[in-house]
Amino acid sequence: MLVKQLSIFMENRAGRLAEIARLLGDAGVNIRALSLADTSDFGILRLIVNDVKRAMRILRDSGRTVSLTDVVAVEVPDHPGGLAGVLERLRDANVNVEYMYAFVEKATDNAVVIFRFEDIENALKVLQRAGISVLSAETVSSL
Amino acid sequence: MIFNPQAECMDRAGLRRLQGERLSDAARRAYENVPFYRKKFDEHGVKPQDIRRIEDVGKLPFTTKEDFRDTYPFGLFAVPLRDIVRVQASSGTTGKPTVVGYTKEDIEIWSEAIARTLGCGGGAAEDVLQVAYGYGLFTGGLGLHYGGEKLGATVIPMSGGNTKKQIMLMQDFGTTLLACTPSYSLQIAEEAAADGVDLRKLKTGYFGAEPWSETMRGQIEHRLPLKAIDIYGLSEVIGPGVSSECLEQDGLHVFEDHFFPEIIDPNTGEPVGPGQKGELVFTCLTKRSTPLIRYRTRDVSSLNEAPCPCRRTSRRMARITGRTDDMLIIRGVNVFPSQIEHVLMDIEHVEPHYVIVVDKTGALDELEIKVEVSEHLFSDEVRKLEALRQRIAGEMRSVLGVSTRITLVEPKTIERGLGKAKRVIDRRELK
Repeated sequence: MLVKQLSIFMENRAGRLAEIARLLGDAGVNIRALSLADTSDFGILRLIVNDVKRAMRILRDSGRTVSLTDVVAVEVPDHPGGLAGVLERLRDANVNVEYMYAFVEKATDNAVVIFRFEDIENALKVLQRAGISVLSAETVSSL
Repeated sequence: MIFNPQAECMDRAGLRRLQGERLSDAARRAYENVPFYRKKFDEHGVKPQDIRRIEDVGKLPFTTKEDFRDTYPFGLFAVPLRDIVRVQASSGTTGKPTVVGYTKEDIEIWSEAIARTLGCGGGAAEDVLQVAYGYGLFTGGLGLHYGGEKLGATVIPMSGGNTKKQIMLMQDFGTTLLACTPSYSLQIAEEAAADGVDLRKLKTGYFGAEPWSETMRGQIEHRLPLKAIDIYGLSEVIGPGVSSECLEQDGLHVFEDHFFPEIIDPNTGEPVGPGQKGELVFTCLTKRSTPLIRYRTRDVSSLNEAPCPCRRTSRRMARITGRTDDMLIIRGVNVFPSQIEHVLMDIEHVEPHYVIVVDKTGALDELEIKVEVSEHLFSDEVRKLEALRQRIAGEMRSVLGVSTRITLVEPKTIERGLGKAKRVIDRRELK
């Protein structure tokens, strides 16, 4: 049920993001979702891609600092209050979210939210008990 | 292996007698043959006849880097140019280089000193020595080359750079001894690891020509299957071969039958007590081209007189811990780049790649340290990276006594040194 996310260390300099996007684009890697956490000096680029291994190799070869992080992709009804419902369940079960970001599925009426949890196992149990749909890595990469 | 047991294991009393005789001769040669020294001795009120024993060395005046500049290019030579068979020079960061000359005998002394150095690290005639120091005016390449031949080793004169080829030859020729700068050895290690090359024939690395630390030694020995030996020298004295660690890796044996060391207080010029830190000073007892008298190296070290398990009787100088002249004054506090290096190395997993930038905002000095983020260090959470940054800043503050700004940068953004790594950028003078 876990999805592999690529995390890339980036200096906060003009054009860094474009370089990485071009690198992946030229290698035929498709970016499914992304989020950028930044401070005044550096940023952490988080990517969900269709081909993790290939993307990892390309980025490493270009000298970037890259790591893989386990994240959870949750399907959330794409209507007002949809996300709130999921988050309330997590809150009630005392599940801590390190960070999260979302994108909208093309094919269905759902949104997909990527979660990084402090305690992934526990979070998965809570989501399952609440009947919230957790997407597999295959599903996410084929979205 | 001890290359010259008679000289290297001489009893201390005999060594001091020999040093005294040689010093007396060097002072006489300097006074009689170098107008610069005659004037300096006269001004200082000392005559060659006053120098009879090694203890008399303190009566002599100092020589400085500026003296080389003022007498450029050949003003310190004690022999006519026809007797000089080689010149070498060190790059001056501003203006003219520092020029040194060698007679045939000097080349012989130098080769002997490097052969001893190689022996200190376990090198012998069976070994294959790859010299990856630059060849040319810089003393590193040719110094190690001649010393390697003197030892009888098989010398590969690769010079610096061209890392892929370095690695190929190391593999194909079965290199056992590697001589280069410590930072370049890490670059070789990086590329060899990236290409999955096995360098297990390596035995010893002879690393010098730039400051490095114990922690960096740990990094090198972790990544390359060799013993990393610290070697020391400077062109003004002879080049590399002034001193070298033995396999004990506990201080550098000074080849003091040729190069007499002292430690002085850089402010007063007075000798410091045994074992105490201060500025390293050398007198060339045997060099014919220039009998260099009490040359102030500006390197900070100390001398250990305790006997070494390796049986060599020479005193051991401590690894250079700083330069008296690259001391940075930050908001009135003395800061040595070596202190900064120590702090970084002590923090686990920090790659030994960093740059120090000194700048001014308004009237205030700012000290920025750029540190490369390796994959071990990287976390995909901002707060963990911020915590790392604060931890480095906290330790810097407690060691240096001034606050610093730590910037995390991408790997390989900091240039790998092929020669002396430029680690300090002082922008204050430019304004």
